[in-house]
Amino acid sequence: MSSPPAAPKVPHEIIIFEPGKKYELPLILNLRQLAEQRKPALLPGHRMCAGCAAPIIVKLASFAFRGPTVVVNATGCLEVATTIYPYTSWAIPWIHNAFENAAATASGIEAAVKALKRTGRLKYDYIDVVVLAGDGGTYDIGFQALSGMAERGHDVLYILYDNEAYMNTGIQRSGGTPKFAWTTTSPVGSAIPGKPEHKKPIAEIMVAHRIPYVATATPAHWVDFIKKVRKGIEVNGPAFIHALSSCNRGWRHAEELGIEVLRRAVDTCYFPLWEWTPETGYLLTDRSLIIARNPSLKQPIEKFIEVQGRFRHLLRPENRELLKALQEYVDATWEDLLKRAVNAPK
Amino acid sequence: MSVLEVVPKYPREKQVMINVNGDEAVAYALKQSYVDVVAAYPITPQTIIVEKFSEYVANGEVHTEFVAVESEHSAMSACVGAAAAGARAFTATSSQGLALMVEILYIASGMRLPIVMAVVNRALSAPINIHNDHSDAYLMRDSGWVMLFTENVQETYDTTIQAFKIAEHPEVQLPVSVHLDGFFLSHTLENIYALPDEAVYEFLGGARKLVKTKVDYFAEEVDYALDPGRPLSLGPLALYDYYFEMKIPQIKAMEYSEKVIKEVNEEWYKLTGRKYGNGLVDPYKLEDAEIVIVAMGSSAGTIRSVVKKYREKGVRAGLLRIRSFRPFPRKDVKELLENANVVAVLDKGIGPGSFGALYLDVVSTLYTSKSRPLIVNYIYGLGGRDLQPVHVAQIIDKLLEDLKRGYIPEEERLRFIGVRSS
Repeated sequence: MSSPPAAPKVPHEIIIFEPGKKYELPLILNLRQLAEQRKPALLPGHRMCAGCAAPIIVKLASFAFRGPTVVVNATGCLEVATTIYPYTSWAIPWIHNAFENAAATASGIEAAVKALKRTGRLKYDYIDVVVLAGDGGTYDIGFQALSGMAERGHDVLYILYDNEAYMNTGIQRSGGTPKFAWTTTSPVGSAIPGKPEHKKPIAEIMVAHRIPYVATATPAHWVDFIKKVRKGIEVNGPAFIHALSSCNRGWRHAEELGIEVLRRAVDTCYFPLWEWTPETGYLLTDRSLIIARNPSLKQPIEKFIEVQGRFRHLLRPENRELLKALQEYVDATWEDLLKRAVNAPK
Repeated sequence: MSVLEVVPKYPREKQVMINVNGDEAVAYALKQSYVDVVAAYPITPQTIIVEKFSEYVANGEVHTEFVAVESEHSAMSACVGAAAAGARAFTATSSQGLALMVEILYIASGMRLPIVMAVVNRALSAPINIHNDHSDAYLMRDSGWVMLFTENVQETYDTTIQAFKIAEHPEVQLPVSVHLDGFFLSHTLENIYALPDEAVYEFLGGARKLVKTKVDYFAEEVDYALDPGRPLSLGPLALYDYYFEMKIPQIKAMEYSEKVIKEVNEEWYKLTGRKYGNGLVDPYKLEDAEIVIVAMGSSAGTIRSVVKKYREKGVRAGLLRIRSFRPFPRKDVKELLENANVVAVLDKGIGPGSFGALYLDVVSTLYTSKSRPLIVNYIYGLGGRDLQPVHVAQIIDKLLEDLKRGYIPEEERLRFIGVRSS
């Protein structure tokens, strides 16, 4: 018996950036080239649910990284399911501090990078800092830290993966839960038909911070998404990407519909795709731009909700008015966006 | 300062005399300590530290990145991020600000990040109050931070610099808090001796150095930091199968820090001619003391002067000033107190329904001594109430009565001094 081959010094999955070397990885938009040339920051073996969109979001985002990058992860599904000690699924430096402070932690890392660079102690030209946080850690408990980070102008890309409830603790309503959605703390009862309030317009709140870059995205529109990630990294200052992230456990849909339901979110204009910069204003992108140019492509809201158990009650005859109200709300916000989007046909 | 046992490398004439208050002393120490990131939020009576340090930044006197965060919670969070990225990080706070940070204090120590924080001790609300007591410090008692209490502005300056050395010691790697009493120290001007900048730089060994760690996916040891060259996952989820084992090294590091605090105290003495007891405890006339007062912080000066007067009257009184509250110097406290007859532990904070935190530590430490002295707890100074010499005299007189009686009545184990009776 020959002895087994020595373990490689560094397993091939780990992404290594050699100190002193200059990195400017190209943005690849061709699937074959992506598969051949780029490695995701999130490795196989993590314990996210089958059907979850979040790991897809992370992998896609990491395809757009340009070089040495540090990921800051708020407490949540992604954090607990990818770093169960002694295992980790992260191929690049990763830190988790607490639930509400991912943006503040990222601020500290970015400040450290600046100070190290200023004194000639940074081993790289730059280190990009990317936050990954869910809707609870962004809309609610982490909002103050996010707003502070944006106001102070830290050069950080903050990616919100919004699965529209506290899924990690078992589907409780958050500031990102849409109106009428069932959750375990906004149950559908005989007096109250699911969550009574609309979700916060978080991306528009970030636009109101006048940071260099804000965008919405879904992993179903992956080219659009990774282009936006690259833009968010390249701008000098804070960038915010609101990525809708389906959760088959919480949204109550079949595992294999994770991407389809996100496609429908955009097709119904429930979740329009756009980007905003102080220079350009609102610009529709991808499928939402196509719908703006050809309004007949816009699908009714039923198309989005019919595959999801959390909205099942809206399809009952006695709740016809609720469904109508939801449609009117979606139409009004879409119309409002069309007025503001500079590339929408007038 | 009595006669020096050694000739310091920087005798007084080679040091700079500056007239500063406690907060300014902290800021001055920071300026010299090659700090990479300061993240802080204003709160009275800590604010002068942040203001003064901002001036150093604005005038280009330091390379430090100053992050004017939107809360103390974010201040500590940013320090965690900065320290994890390899920076030397600092913050300062008081009272409510410290209370807001508490969640992240445990994370900073659990992640073994050598952050330094100045805590300008102030009473906790309610009622809201800006003045000094130790209720905020007691709130962080079990957070895993090394906690050093200073008596005067000179010691505050000295300890701030020492804190970085203690925190960053390879065997410690724990956050350190330097406690100065609000207003009594923070806003009180004192002439102090400061080292030249280069002496501090040399004492600290320059910039922060990272420690190495071992993970199974790299053959060689790697820097414990967020390094794109050797990626680590910091702050993972550890459940009942690993959490306990991960806590043990942290507990051991805290125990080990006793040794380092003492060494740094000695090293500082050789450098400056100043030392504070053995670094952990600062005893005064304890050799033959029958009556001992135990206290922390700025009140020690008042107590020492009254003890001196009683000594002149022939009363064998003494003072044990605790400098290191965490780690609690159990060995020293036991050795120094076990031959006393009556001990009064003074606490500027109380757990209602129990006692002051310092008292609990002293009592449990002395439980295993051969001759257990009588021990009584005095709560004093809440909300900034001044501890006057007359109060200390009252305490000593009462202790003399206790000594004569030979026991402490159970209902008198907890006493209050300096409060109007209702």
